[in-house]
Amino acid sequence: MPEITRDEVAHLANLARIDLSDAELDHIAPQLSVILESVASISGVAGDDVAPTSHALPLTNVFRADVPVPCLSAEEALAGAPASEQQRFMVPRILGDEQ
Amino acid sequence: MSAWITKSAAELADALAAGEVTSVELTQAHLDRIAAVDGQVHAFLHVDAEGALAAAAASDARRAAGSPASVLDGVPIAVKDVLATRGLPTTCGSKILEGWIPPYDATVVARLKDAGLPILGKTNMDEFAMGSSTEHSAYGPTHNPWDLDRIPGGSGGGSAAALAAFEAPLALGTDTGGSIRQPGAVTGTVGVKPTYGGVSRYGLVAMANSLDQVGPVTRTVLDSALLHEAIGGHDPRDSTSIDQPLPALVEAARLGAAGDLSGLKVGVITELSGEGYQAGVLARFQESLDLLVAAGAEVVEVSCPHFVHALATYYLIMPCEASSNLAKFDAMRYGLRVLPEGVESPSAEDVMRASRDAGFGDEVKRRIILGTYALSSGYYDAYYGTAQRVRTLISGDFAAAFEQVDVLVSPTAPTTAFKLGEKLDDPLAMYLNDLATIPANLAGVPGISLPAGLAEEDGLPVGFQILAPALADDRLYRVGAALEAALERQWGGPLLAQAPALAPALAPAPGHATTEENR
Repeated sequence: MPEITRDEVAHLANLARIDLSDAELDHIAPQLSVILESVASISGVAGDDVAPTSHALPLTNVFRADVPVPCLSAEEALAGAPASEQQRFMVPRILGDEQ
Repeated sequence: MSAWITKSAAELADALAAGEVTSVELTQAHLDRIAAVDGQVHAFLHVDAEGALAAAAASDARRAAGSPASVLDGVPIAVKDVLATRGLPTTCGSKILEGWIPPYDATVVARLKDAGLPILGKTNMDEFAMGSSTEHSAYGPTHNPWDLDRIPGGSGGGSAAALAAFEAPLALGTDTGGSIRQPGAVTGTVGVKPTYGGVSRYGLVAMANSLDQVGPVTRTVLDSALLHEAIGGHDPRDSTSIDQPLPALVEAARLGAAGDLSGLKVGVITELSGEGYQAGVLARFQESLDLLVAAGAEVVEVSCPHFVHALATYYLIMPCEASSNLAKFDAMRYGLRVLPEGVESPSAEDVMRASRDAGFGDEVKRRIILGTYALSSGYYDAYYGTAQRVRTLISGDFAAAFEQVDVLVSPTAPTTAFKLGEKLDDPLAMYLNDLATIPANLAGVPGISLPAGLAEEDGLPVGFQILAPALADDRLYRVGAALEAALERQWGGPLLAQAPALAPALAPAPGHATTEENR
């Protein structure tokens, strides 16, 4: 399994929508490499014939009766919003100039 | 210091039922204790004196009317800050949720309220439950009451320390890779991770959905059984909740306490004892095994060959799930919103990046980036897919082992509590603390940690872990209660009676009677 470079960490942080400073990148990138090196030990442990487990218990889709039940009021749902207006979440602009 | 605070929850319930004490008295005694010692321990992120006393008064009214809501009606409790509490701050130990007041209760919290337990406050934890020491809390670490310079374990170190410092008779924790059991081990308290799906996760802020489980944090095995019965059972709001009744847990604990384990087969997991374990941990473990034999159990060694890969498997699966889960902290609907510096008219994406950088701590960032990497196209099969296949092998090891024995046992953690700061910036060293607890989360089986005594070399608590097959949580309580009874006969009382007394703060705030943020 490949080593993770500082540039890759910067790219991943971008994908994960986290602004990492240069200092943070210098700090975190080598740590991630060490962790990845360690977890790479499991490659080859399970053959392709072993089925993957995504969940501890075997589960199929769980449904409930299609009846309305009480839920949060608009005020409650908006109570933690950084900004709201007219019973809606208020957010910064979504599109850039180029869009 | 009130004599009530060192009693078990079961004893408090009996005293309430007998009319020897009121819930208001008990709740006030614990609030006073928090005011006196939490400045040193820092188990709590938020104390709700007003709410707890009001709930206690309502409980006393029910008792007076002869209609208590449950056996634990009136016994106060602390709740880990990762569980949503309506009207009470819920931060998950993170700056990104500072000041967030959930508009709803987690199912387990609603069940506590229905059962009449006053909620004392919210306990400290590693940020989003990521850690084994509470040092990753954005609000400062919790200190181990046995030695204030040492870690109380994590992520639920706040709940465990609150119990060990007699600040609460009961607490809720959550366990994704050992966050209930490992703090239990290093603080000399009891913690149970129920069968996956046995207790509702609705309202638990998820780290890794397929591994997370809510469970009891207590000082005795019987108390855990009482709390487990109060919070457990099917919840239609959690699609992974098991739709069948819990086994009789309290009954199993009472049966176990009688001390007869004849016919029980106990398996010592070869891969989880020996190399890498502190000598004093192994000595206490062996002593507990001898007590199980003396109680009539047969002890054999069982190999679970794939457990050596459990840690690596976990540290792939968990970050993948965590990175997906934490995507919801986008600074749009709730939580922290930070505007980037020097950007005119920032876009939603700019704000998201700046907020997540400011709101998340180092360990959370590490795991998000690791998960993002392992899930990226081209690596998915090599990392996540591989880890999921090894997970199958680990579950297979459990299944094979439980064909030979009734329960499996190991030391809960490889060492006793280490010094604060010792492993803070060495992620791999920190991860090794969960070596013995992680397999149970990967397979969904239940586990308990109970105190096994003090390590000779440092005088700090050691934990004994018992694991049972899925849905057989009752076995934890039977075997745990039997071992606890045998150990306490040796010690002449509970292990916590040997803990150093915490000196009360010089000037405790009189009454501590208002809702306030600690520190």
